[in-house]
Amino acid sequence: MRHLLTTEGLERSEIESYLDDADEFVEVLARPIPKVPALRGKTVATMFFESSTRTKMSFEKAAKALSADTMSFSPGTSALKKGESLKDTILTIKAMGVDAMVVRHSDTGAAWRVADWVEIPVVNGGDGQHQHPTQALLDCLTLRRHFGKLDGLRIGIVGDIRHSRVARSDVFAMTTLGAEVTLVSAPTLLPLDVTGWPVATTSDLDDVLTELDAVYLLRVQAERGGASVFPSYAEYRQRFGLTRERFNRLKPDTVVLHPGPMIRGVEIDAAVADDPRALVLDQVANGVAVRMAVLFQLLGGERSE
Amino acid sequence: MSELLIKGGLVLASGGPIEADVLVRDGEVAEIATTIDATNVDVVDAAGCWVGPGLVDVHSHLREPGQEYKEDIASGSAAASAGGYTAIVAMPNTAPAIDSGHLARYVADRGREVGIVEVVPSGTITEARAGQKLAHLDELWAAGVRMFSDDGDSVADAGLLRRAMEYVAQLGGVIAQHAIDPGLAANGHMNEGVVSSRMGMQGIPALAEETVLARDLALVRLTGVRYHAQHVSTAGSVALIGAAKSEGLPITAEVTPHHLTFTDEEVRSMDPVFKMMPPLRTAEDVAALRAGLVEGVIDCVATDHAPHAAHEKDTTFEDAPFGVIGLEWAAGAVTTAVDLNIERFFDRMSTAPARIAGIDDRHGLELAVGRPANLVVFDPVAEAEATTTRSQATNSPYLGRSWRGVVRTTIYRGAVTHASVGVGR
Repeated sequence: MRHLLTTEGLERSEIESYLDDADEFVEVLARPIPKVPALRGKTVATMFFESSTRTKMSFEKAAKALSADTMSFSPGTSALKKGESLKDTILTIKAMGVDAMVVRHSDTGAAWRVADWVEIPVVNGGDGQHQHPTQALLDCLTLRRHFGKLDGLRIGIVGDIRHSRVARSDVFAMTTLGAEVTLVSAPTLLPLDVTGWPVATTSDLDDVLTELDAVYLLRVQAERGGASVFPSYAEYRQRFGLTRERFNRLKPDTVVLHPGPMIRGVEIDAAVADDPRALVLDQVANGVAVRMAVLFQLLGGERSE
Repeated sequence: MSELLIKGGLVLASGGPIEADVLVRDGEVAEIATTIDATNVDVVDAAGCWVGPGLVDVHSHLREPGQEYKEDIASGSAAASAGGYTAIVAMPNTAPAIDSGHLARYVADRGREVGIVEVVPSGTITEARAGQKLAHLDELWAAGVRMFSDDGDSVADAGLLRRAMEYVAQLGGVIAQHAIDPGLAANGHMNEGVVSSRMGMQGIPALAEETVLARDLALVRLTGVRYHAQHVSTAGSVALIGAAKSEGLPITAEVTPHHLTFTDEEVRSMDPVFKMMPPLRTAEDVAALRAGLVEGVIDCVATDHAPHAAHEKDTTFEDAPFGVIGLEWAAGAVTTAVDLNIERFFDRMSTAPARIAGIDDRHGLELAVGRPANLVVFDPVAEAEATTTRSQATNSPYLGRSWRGVVRTTIYRGAVTHASVGVGR
């Protein structure tokens, strides 16, 4: 059974195959009727145990654009509140007739556990602070569509790396495609020990700023302890924010990415967020295409133009 | 008059290991001789095996009273006897916690009713294990409790622990500490290090254990109490204990079979069967623990047998409770991990823990005529895969793997309580 749980260990050819299909789905999504019958009759369940709007909507849009039916689960009104175990919840939904599950959960490894319990493809829609592989694929797609390839690109991932499943996913996908990644962060926001990660690290954004081809800004995650791990939002902006002044010092063709939601005025100045070199909305659009590619491949969809 | 003949093993006799037969009669060792010919007796074939005192575990969770859906004294005793144990110390973190005399008596009485292993009650240090005020220490002592522990939690308040130490020192008991600083370990699920960083999980640093241990050793220096460090898991702890012993402090320490066997790399599988407190550490820690056990800096192996119901463990790693079961495979796991000769094996698995638990008048004894026949026949070279368990629980990292070292027969008070190879005539 094929799942997509992590970017760690994915072969370059596997990532490229997802991106190649996603390129095709970008074209599909630009058609007057942005829909193909590839997964007609299949049902995709989005099991989001942690609140999410955009990722869930993106997966649902992707499934529908492939003509799959969708079912969605939200924990607020579920039997989990009545004491049902995660496993029973998963098996119950599975029993209704589901062909693939997208799982988001606040615990590391939740999608792995679900994959152990059900005999259908599972997509990790984000597990704790660990992995969010479709985010990494959509980031790679966005960079590849912009630059043509990732080989040799210098990418700085800036911000709260320690608590970021986006960073943990991007690092492995981007470097597998040939990019050089530098993590830029305060000591309290870097993972404790990055031994074995294919990255460089620095705590000085200005030191690397002018060398970067892409600046990847992470959201300052207030719910993860926020101000207790750095002195203040103002100081964070001073050290790690992509201010207008820093933006002006970037190479002229350097682009800015952000997984959203953006906190304007903290990690990114409003003027930077609205600049054409900020590819944030491209990322969102590409997210639908990438998720189509993933569902298409995992569910073995039929090609028909 | 029941008789049992153990034929052809290497016997840990009081003068040293000898190839001999052992005759057991009326619950005692009746004869040890090169060859004993007896007719009309049950015979245990001990060829190629070690024959020594039954194993003693100073750290078992039997979950009775209160959590019988996980384990009870009957199922825990069955698992213990299958693992070669003849005595197990029941940890007091039951519901209610064993913080007064009648509760300790209940545990001991239930153990006697089941009757296949001696169930030795321990008592809490603080009332309801809440870390606020002293438990009923005199009552517990009168009920036979010799080991006091709030296991599952550290006694974090140094002032309260100091008073408990002074009180227990006067009684003659031992303070057993689950040394984990609750602040440093807060929200942690696994060892803090390379693997936790990669997995984005909150870690439990080695320092969470070592800072509590270092503080406690200063309190031991002050109070003179006998102190037992439970489930030591880090190289730093081994060093601290070694230094304290050189200084002459009255301390002992235990290590679990899983900390001798596995590292935090296992957590990459996401399988909650590798979740316990303290967590699995690094390869350097495992090496230090193994060396510490061989050298005797760490006195004994303790299982920290911690049963949980299947539905409690079959969830995400972070959602699952801490703890794994191990009574049945401890001996095999230890001999697989560490090269121990017969003397050291029985010292670390039986004699030292019996002394720590205060039951060394009847357990952990080298074989001699007239001594209680609490014995184990252990094959140190046979390999077997762990496939089934007599525990109610299955939360075990040992199941499904092969271990070198098999408990062939367990004998408690002269009666066979477990036999993996048939006992014949």
